Amino acid sequence: MRCGDFKTSYSADMTIFESNSARVILGIFLCLLFSLPLYTPGYLLDVLNRIGIAVIGAVGLNILTGFTGQISLGNAAFMAIGAFSCGYLGTRFGLPFYICIPLAGLMTAFFGMFVGIPSLRIKGLYLAMATLAAHFIVEFLIVKWESVTGGVAGLSIPAPKLGSFAFDTDIRLFFLIFVITVLAVLFAKNLFRTKVGKAFVAIRDQAISAEVMGVNILKYKLLSFGISSFYVGVAGALVAYQAKIISPETFPVTVAIDYLGMIIIGGLGSILGSIYGAIFITLLPELLRLSTSALAGSFPLLVAKLAAMKELVFGLFIVIFILFEPAGMAARWHSIKNYWKLYPFSH
Amino acid sequence: MDITFLLQLVINGLVVGSIYALVATGFVIIYKASSALNLAQGEFLMVGAYICLNLLSKYNLPFWQAILITFVFSAILGMLIERLILRPLIGSHLISVIMVTLGLSSILKALIQLAYGTDTIPFPEVFPSAPVQIGPIPVSQGYLYAIGCVTILVTLLTMFFKYSKTGVAMRATASSQQVALTMGISVKKMFAISWAISAMVSAVGGVLLGTIRGGIDMSLSFMGLKVLPVVILGGLDSILGAIVGGVIIGILENLSGGYVDPLVGGGAKEVAPYIALILILMLKPYGLFGKKKIERV
Repeated sequence: MRCGDFKTSYSADMTIFESNSARVILGIFLCLLFSLPLYTPGYLLDVLNRIGIAVIGAVGLNILTGFTGQISLGNAAFMAIGAFSCGYLGTRFGLPFYICIPLAGLMTAFFGMFVGIPSLRIKGLYLAMATLAAHFIVEFLIVKWESVTGGVAGLSIPAPKLGSFAFDTDIRLFFLIFVITVLAVLFAKNLFRTKVGKAFVAIRDQAISAEVMGVNILKYKLLSFGISSFYVGVAGALVAYQAKIISPETFPVTVAIDYLGMIIIGGLGSILGSIYGAIFITLLPELLRLSTSALAGSFPLLVAKLAAMKELVFGLFIVIFILFEPAGMAARWHSIKNYWKLYPFSH
Repeated sequence: MDITFLLQLVINGLVVGSIYALVATGFVIIYKASSALNLAQGEFLMVGAYICLNLLSKYNLPFWQAILITFVFSAILGMLIERLILRPLIGSHLISVIMVTLGLSSILKALIQLAYGTDTIPFPEVFPSAPVQIGPIPVSQGYLYAIGCVTILVTLLTMFFKYSKTGVAMRATASSQQVALTMGISVKKMFAISWAISAMVSAVGGVLLGTIRGGIDMSLSFMGLKVLPVVILGGLDSILGAIVGGVIIGILENLSGGYVDPLVGGGAKEVAPYIALILILMLKPYGLFGKKKIERV
């Protein structure tokens, strides 16, 4: 019987799956995930799709903020850039989605690296403010650059097509989104087993020591901005496909705060945490809506106050998590799992 | 160029800027004392304005009583928030502090929205509104009162920090917490006082904005974000910087509203402070009066 966590080799420490049963469980989970559309009603499928997109965005933000330690409040702007470049490429040049999505990611990555350049000089709260300012500037440009973005009216995006097959329903979009989500999570999980990922973590933990150890800070910070923005840009492109009409109001600054909330509640510096957080924050308004409509009979006022309730609960959860579980749901889950794994002989 | 138009813009900028300066002062006081970045500053302002409005229009109190009660309420709110939310986070990572104040701003905003709704509520007229002629330009009396209030408040604050025992203790805490502790200063108490003062100062800003605009709504909370360019320009840890920065950003905003907006069709007024923020960060990251803390990595 196991009574502790004893690893004897580096590869054992780095492995994604600790045992074969973990592989099997993940396999079963994926099978269940991809069969979900069979027995999920229409509206829930839309929620699921949004969760898939949120997972991509949250993993992307976590790469930058959780793993590299660079706080970004400009996430919504990055998303908007992904969405609008995807929309522009699709409507103007008629490119198919499998070119649009990566190109949107690349555009966002370039922009993210551009925003990241000052991160060598400014850090911490200065970087947070600079990215927030970048958000407002991007928002302004999107409203003004009507020939590309459609201005306030926005862009209407045609459904992505593969040959004659159009991803025009929630079920079809589900497969498009979740294939990308699974690939994105897999890539991120593996990223932190490589030299690049280790360099990110080193920069977060102690930038000066990292540089002494030979980590090129500028290069890896920019790389982190690039990879993170690529994720966020892809998420933005998927938002465009899912929403079908995008306008500057699709990406307000509260979206950036929501994403930060996801990685705080899920767990900074944890891929699994980003997933938990994305699910939690996306489901939160839905659960509130369900509970208020259930209570609508006795408290009719509640329905009108739904937006405020959502904001209140969101804020409360953030504050509670930061105060009582700063490492997020991922850490809580980990400690619960370890407790039972070693039960009753943990030392 | 039409000189009257320019002067009008500058005066408007001065008024708005002086309120920015006030809120930025609150922001800087907290940052100086506890190195916490308070992104809920705009919500303090909003809460203060709503409380004062409630006292004025619902209980028909005279203005001076209403503002006194608002002061007391804001001070208690600030202290409570410090005690319950910020104090457990002393020494924790920056992102936790930023996020906790963002969470706090969500909570305060939601509470106000639950209590008062999202519609604009007219603010009772506190100052006479008949315009006064200064040279060629008519200026609303409310503007003059607002600038007067800000000047008095800032002078009071300066005196407080310079001459009162608590003020000196707060400055000592800001310059070195360890030394302050050895001198028998309760650093925790100073943190609490700084939050209380900050909330009070912001509440005045909210009330002034309410009287100038004639009504208040949820958009007041955006002031909290508007204040960021101000503190960056002035330097995060300088009260003088907050005041100078507030006036400069206020004027800049109004000038770009007057001259650039017609060219691009609106929006420049809102975005100009943020462009300034980026430029300042690139050229002079510690602002006009900020303490330089150089770290090259």
